[in-house]
Amino acid sequence: MPAPTTLSYLVVAALLFAIGAFGVMARRNPLIMFMCIELMLNAVNLSFVALARELTDIGGQSIVFFVLVVAAAEVVVGLGIIVSVMRNRSSLTADDLAELKG
Amino acid sequence: MTDLAWLVPALPLAGALLLVVFGTRIGEPRAGWLATLATASSFVVTFLVYLDLLGMPSEERLHVVRLFSWIPVGSLQVDLAFLADPLSITMALFVTGIGSLIHLYAIGYMHGDPKFSKFFLYLNLFVFSMLALVLGENLLVTFLGWEGVGACSYFLISFWHTRESAAVAGKKAFVTNRIGDWGVMTAMFVAFSAVGSVSYKTINEAAHEGSMSQTAISAIAILLFVGACGKSAQLPLYFWLPDAMEGPTPVSALIHAATMVTAGVFLMTRVGPVLAASYGWVPDTIAVVGAATALFAATIAVAQHDIKRVLAYSTVSQLGFMFLSIGSGAYVAAIFHMVTHAFFKALLFLGSGSVIHGMHHEQDMRKMGALRATMPVTALTFIIGWLAIAGVPPFAGFWSKDEILLYVYADNRLLYAVGMVTALLTAYYMTRQVILVFFGKARWHDASSEHGAHGDFTPHESPRVMLVPLVVLAALSGVGGFIQLPFSKDLHFLEHWLAPAVEESERSINGTWAYDNKYVLLGVAVIVAVAGIALSVAVYGKRRLPAVEPKLLENAWFYDASVAKVVGGPGAAAFRGVAAFDARVVDGAVNGAGAMARGLGGIVRRAQTGFVRAYAALIAFGAIALLAWFVWRGWLA
Repeated sequence: MPAPTTLSYLVVAALLFAIGAFGVMARRNPLIMFMCIELMLNAVNLSFVALARELTDIGGQSIVFFVLVVAAAEVVVGLGIIVSVMRNRSSLTADDLAELKG
Repeated sequence: MTDLAWLVPALPLAGALLLVVFGTRIGEPRAGWLATLATASSFVVTFLVYLDLLGMPSEERLHVVRLFSWIPVGSLQVDLAFLADPLSITMALFVTGIGSLIHLYAIGYMHGDPKFSKFFLYLNLFVFSMLALVLGENLLVTFLGWEGVGACSYFLISFWHTRESAAVAGKKAFVTNRIGDWGVMTAMFVAFSAVGSVSYKTINEAAHEGSMSQTAISAIAILLFVGACGKSAQLPLYFWLPDAMEGPTPVSALIHAATMVTAGVFLMTRVGPVLAASYGWVPDTIAVVGAATALFAATIAVAQHDIKRVLAYSTVSQLGFMFLSIGSGAYVAAIFHMVTHAFFKALLFLGSGSVIHGMHHEQDMRKMGALRATMPVTALTFIIGWLAIAGVPPFAGFWSKDEILLYVYADNRLLYAVGMVTALLTAYYMTRQVILVFFGKARWHDASSEHGAHGDFTPHESPRVMLVPLVVLAALSGVGGFIQLPFSKDLHFLEHWLAPAVEESERSINGTWAYDNKYVLLGVAVIVAVAGIALSVAVYGKRRLPAVEPKLLENAWFYDASVAKVVGGPGAAAFRGVAAFDARVVDGAVNGAGAMARGLGGIVRRAQTGFVRAYAALIAFGAIALLAWFVWRGWLA
């Protein structure tokens, strides 16, 4: 089996991103949607690392650290919102939260 | 001491503020005494400043007290600054002096009024505004006072606002004055665009040196004169003043005779160099308007029955004399007449107030008569005021009127003749008033049935607090003329004192026929005054001649009624038209813009469904579309 090339990493990243995007659009459970967003973020992280190695540029890897930190912060806020909304309502889908519609 | 000139307006302001807070709590009569004290202490400060200026050489007598920079906007720099010079201090002296006397008088006159403390609050506020007006170093500070006195005048005319006529009179005075205020404001704009400043010093210097175009100078002069016409009740804007007599009598004496209505004359004197440098027709217009007003109002006064209305028309007439004087280039004479007029007209008004007070609020002279027996002090002081205004030597009015007529003769003999006829009428109608009120048969017994509660009705003399101001003003009306005697240059005290403020604009009449023969003119003036008095005695005293009081004159030539008709008919229709234009076109455009934005928003907001997954799908499709576009572009290249 040949050693994986940069291209194969990028293909995997693209697949992960597409799965995540599909999940965000297709699922109604906010928690699942949230996990799908994480998947998309990590797909991007993977492509960053692969390209950093290909181009021997440390910049790509350092961006990944930023993404990880921001994603962690985002998880804290997002999960907090989702948990408190769930406490107030018995059942919940993302479509029920339409108070801000025009 | 001159540095403390700002205290002059500050003290009455402090009095007004104290009365706002504590007025009703301290009540009658302490509120009145507080207000009187504030004005009197302002008088003391003014007097000290006066002594200070008197001790300086004459060319240094222009002292500016800058408090702070009021409006610093780009090239428009306006300071809150006061100018202590002979002109402003002369004005401040008689404003605070007569103001104090009238405050004192009002303590007696307003006795028992439910709004006693509020009356004194307004009076103090008025004195503050008037002092800001005369002491202002630039047009804007003067304008602050100008609007202030207008507002106070409105409050005080409608002081008894539950009476319909008083409320209407207040409104009328306010609206008419707004027309004049338009002139002052526009003059300020012109001055700023022409010289970049509203300071009197800058404007006057620019006019004197000719660094401003003559058109701009004339525009400033004529616009300020429009303002003066409104404030000083000149034709065609005089008609608010007789109605202003609806206010309490101390108000009529202070605001509508002695001080506020002379503001226009003061303003004209302050910008004297501007008038002197404008086109020749500007001073001519002022002189003609003044003479016309003097004669017009005097003819009306002949046929009035209300004791205060006679005095009101007389005030309009005397103000006309002052403008005639200004138009003839005689600024010192105008100020001289303003001062003496303040003495005797305040006296006459307070005297009439005393009569009204003693007659239990009867103002119709046909129901008076023979009051000299029951009101001796009032009668005696009123008679002195009468002699002063009629032009009998050696009382104050004689000297000042004569000084004006001397200059007018040198300027224009036709206007001199008009002035002489007016002087004759003045002596005539004032004698008529004195005879109707104080002499002849008592006609007030017939009215006793109307005063049911008083039973056997007899007029009574007023309390001492009202008589003291009368006596002081009578003394001043007696000797006030001696501040400027015509006999020799050394006796021109007022002229020497005012010299630094008016020397650039004052006209010289040395060498004219009038000046060389001034004693002839003096003699003519005495003859005219005596003739007027004699005629009136023959008509009203001895009943040898029939009284001429046509309806036309009683109704003031129907001028007021015609104005009311025009403004009420076509005028009101035009105003409604303007209002409709504003509502439909101007407001329509503004509201239309708002409605359009709302309508558009109503359509666009449907895109906001509230479904988070729909937003995500839109983002995804957007990203794909962008990607497709980039790829397509790369492929083309």
